[in-house]
Formats: sequence, C-alpha cells, structure tokens
Amino acid sequence: MSSIKLRAVVALSGLALVCAAQAAQKEAAPPKKAAAHAKKPAAAKDPVAADFEKFHEIMEEDSPAELFEAKGAEMWKAKRGPNHVSLEKCNLGLGPGVVKGAYVQMPRYFADAGQMMDAERRIVYCMVTLQGFKEADLAKKPFSKGSYLPDPVALVTYVAGQSRNMKIAVPQKLPQERAAYKLGEEVFNYRAGPWDFSCASCHGEDGKRIRTQNLPNITTKEGANRAFQGWPGYRMTGGLMHTLQWRMNDCFRQQRFPEPGYATETIADLLTYMGVNANGYLYKGPGIKR
Amino acid sequence: MPDPMRIRAIAKNGEVNVKVLMAHEMETGQRKDAAGKPIPAHFIQQVTATWQGKVVLSANWGTAIAKNPFLEFTFKGGKKGDKIQVTWTDNKGEKRSDEATIN
Repeated sequence: MSSIKLRAVVALSGLALVCAAQAAQKEAAPPKKAAAHAKKPAAAKDPVAADFEKFHEIMEEDSPAELFEAKGAEMWKAKRGPNHVSLEKCNLGLGPGVVKGAYVQMPRYFADAGQMMDAERRIVYCMVTLQGFKEADLAKKPFSKGSYLPDPVALVTYVAGQSRNMKIAVPQKLPQERAAYKLGEEVFNYRAGPWDFSCASCHGEDGKRIRTQNLPNITTKEGANRAFQGWPGYRMTGGLMHTLQWRMNDCFRQQRFPEPGYATETIADLLTYMGVNANGYLYKGPGIKR
Repeated sequence: MPDPMRIRAIAKNGEVNVKVLMAHEMETGQRKDAAGKPIPAHFIQQVTATWQGKVVLSANWGTAIAKNPFLEFTFKGGKKGDKIQVTWTDNKGEKRSDEATIN
C-alpha cells in the first residue's frame, strides 16, 4: 500500500440571490433591448466557474450517485408493493421491461395512460398500476431528506444510469408530444406569483446565476443540455439524491409559485420543453451537484 | 442489511489501484434533530481490504469521515483477475462485505 486518499465533502457557503435583482432589471427593460442584451457574446469563463468544473471532474469520476443506481437496480427487480410483483414488466416507452435508453427518450406520450410522462411520472405510474402502491402515499414525501430516500428517486437514478452515454432523443412524433412542448414553453415563460417571476426570468438568457451557481439558458440547445445533464444528481450538501422532479419543484418554490403537484403532467410538459431543446447531445448519466 | 458498496480495482505497473464507494450515514452524534434531540452516532469504525487472504489495508475510522465515504488506495502485488474484498464494520456492529475482480 503506497497511498491513501480520502475525500471529504465541502459545503459551500452561499451568497445572495443574485438572479432576482438581475431578472427584475431584465423584465423592466423593453423587449427589444432585452433581445440585444442576449446577443452579447458570452463573457470569458470566470475563475469560480472554472474551479467548479475542475471540482466536478474530480468528483464525477466516482460519484456517489452510483450507490443509488445500485440500490435502484435491486429495487427494480424486487417483488414489492401490495401486489408483490417487480417492475420488470414496466413499459418505459420502448416496450415492457426495456430500460436501456428509456430515460433519454422521455418525457413521451403513453397511450395506455393517455398522458405525457417523464421518467419519474412513468415509474410512479408503474408502481401504482403494477405493484399496487397508492399514488397519494408516494406523493406524500416524494423528495429526499436527511436519511430518507423515496423509492422513486432510487428507481429513477437506476433508469437514468441505463441511458449513460446515449443520445438525448425526446420524441416529438405524436401530436400530443408536440402539444406538450408548446405547453411546456408556455409554462416556462409564464410570469406570476408575488415576485412576478417565470422560469425564463433566470433561464431565458445567458450569464445568469443564483449564488455561485451559473444558470443554463434553457432556450438554447447548449443551455438545455447543461440543464439536462447531471440529473438525477447527488447533492453534496447533505448527501442527498435528487431527481428532476425535485429540481422543478424547488425552482417553483424559489419563484414563490404555489407548489406544483408531485409528478404532474405540467412538470412533464416543462421537461418536454427542456428535453427536446437538448436533443442530440450525449447524456452522461446521473451526476453530482454542489 | 446495509446497502452495497461499489468497488473498482485496476492493475497498472505492478500496482493495483482500488476505489471504493460506501453507502453509510456517517452520523457524528453531534447533531440534533428537529425536536432538539441528539441524533445518535452511527459511523464506520473499521475498514479492511483483503487480497488473497492477506490484509492490504486496515483503517480505523471516526466521525470526521464524510457521509457515503469514498476511499482510494493502491497496493503492490495484485494482478488482473484476482479478487479484492472490502469489509466495513460500524459502531452499531453492522457489517458489509463486497468483492470485486481486479481489471
């Protein structure tokens, strides 16, 4: 034995909500000026962002997200729920039991449910229809907290891991899927709440950030890709695994919107908008967040 | 039963590089819950790595190790196809052993 390395997790102290002030400025400006502003070439990478990227590279090599993938894989095959069956017959859009590549092709329209579903919504649907879980029970505590890990989170992480290094290809073949994209775009741009915010306030142009986090511009292909990557993600602060469902929920909370329902079609529409914008990029698998 | 570990072992230039991810709370016993009650300590105390029945790493851990710990070490002698076994024991007596083949 010649060397031992231990990695400790460093929590980062936060700065203020920067995006808020910037967004207010943007919304006040007439649309023409805002458009001109967006066209400005992206500034050179600031040292903080560069350091973050280096840090990510080191951490991603052995991401704890893999632990959750392993847990989800076991859960997928285990006979669970009141019906005592596994999820191996669950159809994620590519046929019953096909997990490989399913994550990068969701959200999609599922004719059996007659609805648009993202990965987590579909897994919840399978847990309810196949295994006999109650949807209301699953929606009660849907997000990781402390040492509590909701089943769908581990399952989504497993399913997402099965699409590692595959091309993002969120389908737009069906009219329902194209309608979902349009709806998602509308939700994205919908300004409301006590702060008169929309998703677009923070994610509608380049160079925005919250605290030290650079925010992706989801209206662009690269930005949407950046937003798609790294989810489900292992949050080093607290050591929690989170999915896109949580991300969407928390974004709405930060906008001071009413809390969206867990795994609703609205979230699926929003994720369709983001996913389709990111189409064509390689998905790198479950990732790591600050 | 505790959750599985992820072990990766790669042989290179006569040395084996081992990377281990363990799923553990690593609770220090210093924190309090929402009701103000202390959260009891729960952490890995002993880690052992064995190769062909020989201990190649033995460590005593404490509460300063992070949640879901990551451990990386190298040892001499191992080669491709050999097995490496990692075991941890925590302060509650819980135990987990996992094995990996050296690549």
